[in-house]
Amino acid sequence: MINLEIPRKFEQMVGQAHQIATEVFRPISRRYDLAEHEYPKELDMLAAMIDGMNDGSATGGAGATGVRNGSGGDASGNRNGSNLATVLGVMELCWGDVGLLLSMPRQGLGNSAIASVANDDQHARFDGKWAAMAITEPEAGSDSAAIRTTAELDGDEYVLNGEKIYVTSGERAELIVVWATLDRSKGRAAIKSFVVERDNPGLKLDRLERKLGIRASDTAAFRLEDCRVPKENLLGSPEIDVTQGFAGVMRTFDNTRPLVAAMAVGVARACLEETRARLEEAGVAIDYDRPAYAQHAAAARLLEMEADYEAARLLTLEASWMADNGKPNSLHASMAKAKAGRAGVDIALGCIELCGSVGYGENELLEKWARDAKILDIFEGTQQIQLLIVARQLLGKTSAELR
Amino acid sequence: MNPTERGMGLGLKALTRIAGSELLDRVGARRPFERALYHATRNGFRSAGAASRTFRAATKLARPARQPRVRSTGLFDLTPDEEQQMLQEAVRSFAAERVRPAAAAADEACAAPPELLAQAVELGAAVLGVPEELGGVIPERSAVTAVLVAEALAHGDMGIAAAALAPGAVATALGLWGDADQQSAYLPAFTGDDVPAAALALLEPRALFDPLEPAARAVREGSDWVLSGVKSLVPRAAEAELFLVAARAQDVGPALFLVESSTDDLMVEPEPAMGLRAAATGRLVLDDVRLPSGALLGGGEPAAFAECVQRARLAWCALAVGAAQAVLDYAIPYVNDRVAFGEPISHRQAVAFAVSEIGIELEGMRLATLRAASRADRGEPFAREVAVARRLCATHGMRIGSEGVQLLGGHGYVKEHPVERWYRDLRAAGVMEGALLV
Repeated sequence: MINLEIPRKFEQMVGQAHQIATEVFRPISRRYDLAEHEYPKELDMLAAMIDGMNDGSATGGAGATGVRNGSGGDASGNRNGSNLATVLGVMELCWGDVGLLLSMPRQGLGNSAIASVANDDQHARFDGKWAAMAITEPEAGSDSAAIRTTAELDGDEYVLNGEKIYVTSGERAELIVVWATLDRSKGRAAIKSFVVERDNPGLKLDRLERKLGIRASDTAAFRLEDCRVPKENLLGSPEIDVTQGFAGVMRTFDNTRPLVAAMAVGVARACLEETRARLEEAGVAIDYDRPAYAQHAAAARLLEMEADYEAARLLTLEASWMADNGKPNSLHASMAKAKAGRAGVDIALGCIELCGSVGYGENELLEKWARDAKILDIFEGTQQIQLLIVARQLLGKTSAELR
Repeated sequence: MNPTERGMGLGLKALTRIAGSELLDRVGARRPFERALYHATRNGFRSAGAASRTFRAATKLARPARQPRVRSTGLFDLTPDEEQQMLQEAVRSFAAERVRPAAAAADEACAAPPELLAQAVELGAAVLGVPEELGGVIPERSAVTAVLVAEALAHGDMGIAAAALAPGAVATALGLWGDADQQSAYLPAFTGDDVPAAALALLEPRALFDPLEPAARAVREGSDWVLSGVKSLVPRAAEAELFLVAARAQDVGPALFLVESSTDDLMVEPEPAMGLRAAATGRLVLDDVRLPSGALLGGGEPAAFAECVQRARLAWCALAVGAAQAVLDYAIPYVNDRVAFGEPISHRQAVAFAVSEIGIELEGMRLATLRAASRADRGEPFAREVAVARRLCATHGMRIGSEGVQLLGGHGYVKEHPVERWYRDLRAAGVMEGALLV
């Protein structure tokens, strides 16, 4: 039966996440935006709380660790599980602060990768650890098949060599999930992900980036120099299956793209709520029953942004609901990411315009949200990469045909 | 043939004779003649409404019947229930096999084929909003079902869909807000074999029209209402036997009135538009039309009027989603087959990304529409959700219509392909008010 509301059983979790966003994130939001690279120590206490929330519910929780299939279907087999719960939690927390959400211990995108593709033994070994994700290299961004970091089997260990940049939480995490190729001549199929302990002597921190936004989150650059990891740390199958191609590692993205979309949705809602309040102070309110053209131009613009927000939000919920129900969702995950990524930016920048100097100045958070939002249209696949994926799926084209 | 038609027929015969004569050319009078003829025809076609049947209650209800609210399972779900899926499938195959092939001719003729309209009635198009105890087919509130049906029909053709769903708008309004007398008198006609053409007339012909501020007026005279105003783009106006007309009612505010087509001082005239031509849109001119006090729908409840405006917008969203899906489904094989510069044009990102954009925005339109409809069915507030869905469908529906033509290039601009029709039809998404209801 068609219903696009927040599931009743997640209402409490959403309420808790909202409280965290209001009472923990918002008060320290500006502070860690200004103090880039300083560790937000308030988050340790919070992470412990969230672990408790996740352990205490069968339906996942507010962070990225939850994206393994959960339980809880109705008679018709419809399931609302951890994917949906997680995007709902992430939306709330990012209404508070995206940078802080990205800095939450044990909620990294590497955790999602582990949750999506690890075997049971790996789940057991890496459980409870904070995992970051290292894909991008100086010469390979969107074209992740072009990565140059190599992994060579030497006895019971793989030896990794290469350079990784833009590793979110790279300094703070306990594990780094590193993408590397077993054989550069074999293309995508040879790319595998490896779990590297942060204190591995072969993993050398180069620098932390200084960024436009999400400054509370550390973004690290690493060199891997003869970095040896046990061969059991390879996630998924070690076989180079050219027919399967990228499927193994790329499957991670079907789970993580809705999460990034959810982040953008959260930021967008923060912007819209703030702007709505400011417009009301200025005597302008949206009348949902009147045609937009019969209202104040600012009200019409706000309605337009609210509509894009709603589309982004529903596409995100759809993609995660499909994952919960075992429906292939890479098309919908990319649709959600594309729509939410750009809506987040358009809405944040549009809200600044409506709020004028109040929006642009550092006294309020709107200008920060607009800086934070931009990364969400870039990482985990840029806008253009999402459009490419959507196009290939809709048109039935391979990556060789539609490049 | 009624007297008006006979008169018109005789007139045309005479005009044809004049037009064929060389006299006009000889005196250089052809263009002025044609211009005069055009204006004469516009007014000449204005005629009395169709002769309506006698709407009388066979049995009187003690109190109005209503479809009960849908109860929430508390779970997020995008799968229609079994009955909805069956109906959706039936309407989809009807749309593909019967509606789409008839669409170009119906657009040309400014009329939907009567047999298709009859078949849509057989599929239940007119009774989706009629309570079960009064002969309806859906046990609970049916906005979601109506959205699914409208979307599937519009995938065949938006104009024929509008024509087919127009009578159901009046029946749904009676089901939702009609009092016992109104339901007893009018609903049996919609649940029988011979469903009357009927239409919900909200829109008025002026810029910046706001449905909450109708210029049409209803004033009291004794126990009667006297109604005046002009209503625009009313589907099947010439053949409709029953209208539901929006007017500002004295001491009540904006309200809906049941107006039978043979009422004195009611005139209809053709008002063909850019698109939706198969819906045979017309103007309804009410010049001091006298109505009994029972003509005021549901006693003029103000909340009902606002809800009517919202539900009508939702119906147009559903049609836009169906037509936009048709554009996408048509454009994909075209751009895959069309070769330029040595490869399918879909291998170019500029083309491929246009397809992605259609897919993404279309899905957003669909989800927003379904959310609003499902809230309506559960009795939850849905004004905001409708506003958002309408904004999305107006903006992106129109854009998708335009992109469809663009992707086909010159081929999109000619009538050999349906996309030029979809371009015209999809512009209706942000324009239409009323006419249909979910």
